[in-house]
Amino acid sequence: MLKQIEGSQAVAETIGLCRPEVICAYPITPQTHIVEGLGALVRKGTITNCEYINVESEFAALSVAIGASAGGARSYTATASQGLLFMAEAVYNASGLGLPIVMTIGNRAIGAPINIWNDHSDSMSMRDSGWIQLYAETNQEAMDLHIQAFRIAEEVGCPVMVCMDGFILTHAYERVDLPRQEQVDAFLPPYEPMQVLDPSDPVSIGAMVGPEAFAEVRYLAHYKQMRALERIPEISAEFRDRFGRDSGGLVHTYKTEDADTIVVALGSVNGTIKDVVDEMRLDGKTIGSLSICSFRPFPLERLREVLSPAKQIIVIEKNLAVGMGGILSANIRMALRGLVQPVTTCIAGLGGRPITKKSLHEMFEKTMADEIEDTHFLDLDWEIIRRELDREKADRRSGPIAENILKDIGKRLEE
Amino acid sequence: MGQEQKVKFYQKGTYTVGNRLLNVKERSVQASMDRSNSLTCGHRACQGCGEALGARYAIDAAMRASRNQVIAVNATGCLEVFTTPYPETSWQMPWLHSLFGNAAAVATGVAAAMRVKGRTEVRTIAQGGDGGTTDIGFGCLSGMFERNDDVLYICYDNEGYMNTGVQRSSATPPTARTATTPVVGPEPGNVFGTGKNMPMLAMAHKIPYVATANVAALHDLEAKVTKAMHIKGARYIHIFVPCPLGWGSKPEETIHVARLAIKCGIFPLFEAEYGKVTSTVPIREQIPVDDYLKIQKRFSHLFKKGREEREKIAAIQAMADENIEYFNLLNKEGGS
Repeated sequence: MLKQIEGSQAVAETIGLCRPEVICAYPITPQTHIVEGLGALVRKGTITNCEYINVESEFAALSVAIGASAGGARSYTATASQGLLFMAEAVYNASGLGLPIVMTIGNRAIGAPINIWNDHSDSMSMRDSGWIQLYAETNQEAMDLHIQAFRIAEEVGCPVMVCMDGFILTHAYERVDLPRQEQVDAFLPPYEPMQVLDPSDPVSIGAMVGPEAFAEVRYLAHYKQMRALERIPEISAEFRDRFGRDSGGLVHTYKTEDADTIVVALGSVNGTIKDVVDEMRLDGKTIGSLSICSFRPFPLERLREVLSPAKQIIVIEKNLAVGMGGILSANIRMALRGLVQPVTTCIAGLGGRPITKKSLHEMFEKTMADEIEDTHFLDLDWEIIRRELDREKADRRSGPIAENILKDIGKRLEE
Repeated sequence: MGQEQKVKFYQKGTYTVGNRLLNVKERSVQASMDRSNSLTCGHRACQGCGEALGARYAIDAAMRASRNQVIAVNATGCLEVFTTPYPETSWQMPWLHSLFGNAAAVATGVAAAMRVKGRTEVRTIAQGGDGGTTDIGFGCLSGMFERNDDVLYICYDNEGYMNTGVQRSSATPPTARTATTPVVGPEPGNVFGTGKNMPMLAMAHKIPYVATANVAALHDLEAKVTKAMHIKGARYIHIFVPCPLGWGSKPEETIHVARLAIKCGIFPLFEAEYGKVTSTVPIREQIPVDDYLKIQKRFSHLFKKGREEREKIAAIQAMADENIEYFNLLNKEGGS
């Protein structure tokens, strides 16, 4: 059914169609509308046979989901930013225990300075936590990925994060196609746990493991993700057969076949990138783009296959590995190991800074002309940075950086 | 057994009844041949471990009360470590360990799963030490209480972080020596004026049931667990469990130490419903706190020959006296 609704509401309604049994809710911007929407659906009776629990923290949210999942219930929660960091210990625990929880991340920056807007710092911080991470390009894909996420998680025995850009997707009103309950039921069978707490068949879950077996347990977590690497495209293909649209899978390519330059990115910015690719194609540039949907497991082989014919790779990153550069580009270089193509890192969109077509166009042109440094920071305000550095040089007690910079920006506006 | 005790053959100096003097039906679960033995032998607790005793007493009683339909969630700590060194487990029931600070929340999730699956006969217990309860797990515990989730939380209080090598927790009493409150400086041991009274904090949540229990009062402990198992909603039982290693007491004196804590008034036994005290276990003959403190090396710096810390001992005595007055423990009829 076609509907013009907010991304969060669309995701909430889709989660409802997945017949969740326990939902843990704790508010954090920009994810809040999702759990609000789910709360309303449970109260209205649209979602039946479901426990909706308002908890006291994100740490509790995922902990309740852990208990519920170990108790055999299909469990869901959502978070973002500081909330994901606050539950970090439970994030690792859920995957270590092999519990197929699905969690939405409304991607948002991490403080300090506190910032509610979009980038990928939050989910990137948990990239090695053992969770599968799927990144949505559009609201339609965010919805579809949740349906696939439960299927992948429960088949493989591994939790899944569905990452959707905060505000850009969560708060955007778009036309989406909401599946029918029968369609979802046919695609997603009821949850059959691989391990469950049951007094008629008692097991101890979460026991201590020493050096004699720890590496084996960890390897099996890696093995699960390698299995997911095979299953993700198959499940995406099955989804296409049943729902009639392409969603999910490992990567999406756009005009890459003959491309000399390929731009790689995660999430919603791929829409802007595709527009720029089209513009530059009109100018006769052989450029294409690649959107990574499955960041964990990371599709090394598939990426190598798509990227190796290109002469140049540009990675647009909504994160910053401070002291190193970009996380995604480091992973891309791993996919291209032994090959000679330059991979240029471009840090963009931090803390919600708009990534414009104009800036991307300019950046791509310059990179193709070999006129850009690696690592490049898109639209960085060098004048403001110089002012702060000068201030720090001049005065030992130069004060809080964020406040100084905001004052400088204000002063400049007056000048 | 408080008010429910009809027999009057007490053990010396207490209102505790010898098991053999009771008719078979009133004897303890532990005395029964068919107890579930949920925490079975072969675990790796220290000699004389009060927590191992407390957990077995409590869980066996819970198993009987629910016809073996119990799922337990365990916080990280001694109890978790000594019962489940992979690939062995001492638990004869479904058991889940997640993290140090989230046992109450995980139990909320288990209880929710049982409800949604229609397994209403299955009861959920969360358990942990005092660190996992009063410190790192306090947020999740308070949340579980506040929502009145259908979970029985049992705290085994040995007054410190014993698993990591005896450090101070917010349940460590004043003057007690721990690895992080050493006996040095002007205020040796743990300082006065700190710490949390977890049972009172639980009561402040107005949950259906709160009780304190003690491994030296088996009938009382079992009766409280049994009662808690027949109540719906959030319940809290705080069990006093001596730790020979951390307290510097003799392993064979665990029950003795625990009994003296009752008799001197430092650990009052009571029940509360919806925030109001409903019963207490009276003290038959109050003893001075000295008797309780002296047999533990963690307090030995208070009793150095010729340099006894009478002021500090008096301050601890005042804490015991305050308990006795507040709970009216010298009233042999019990009640509040």
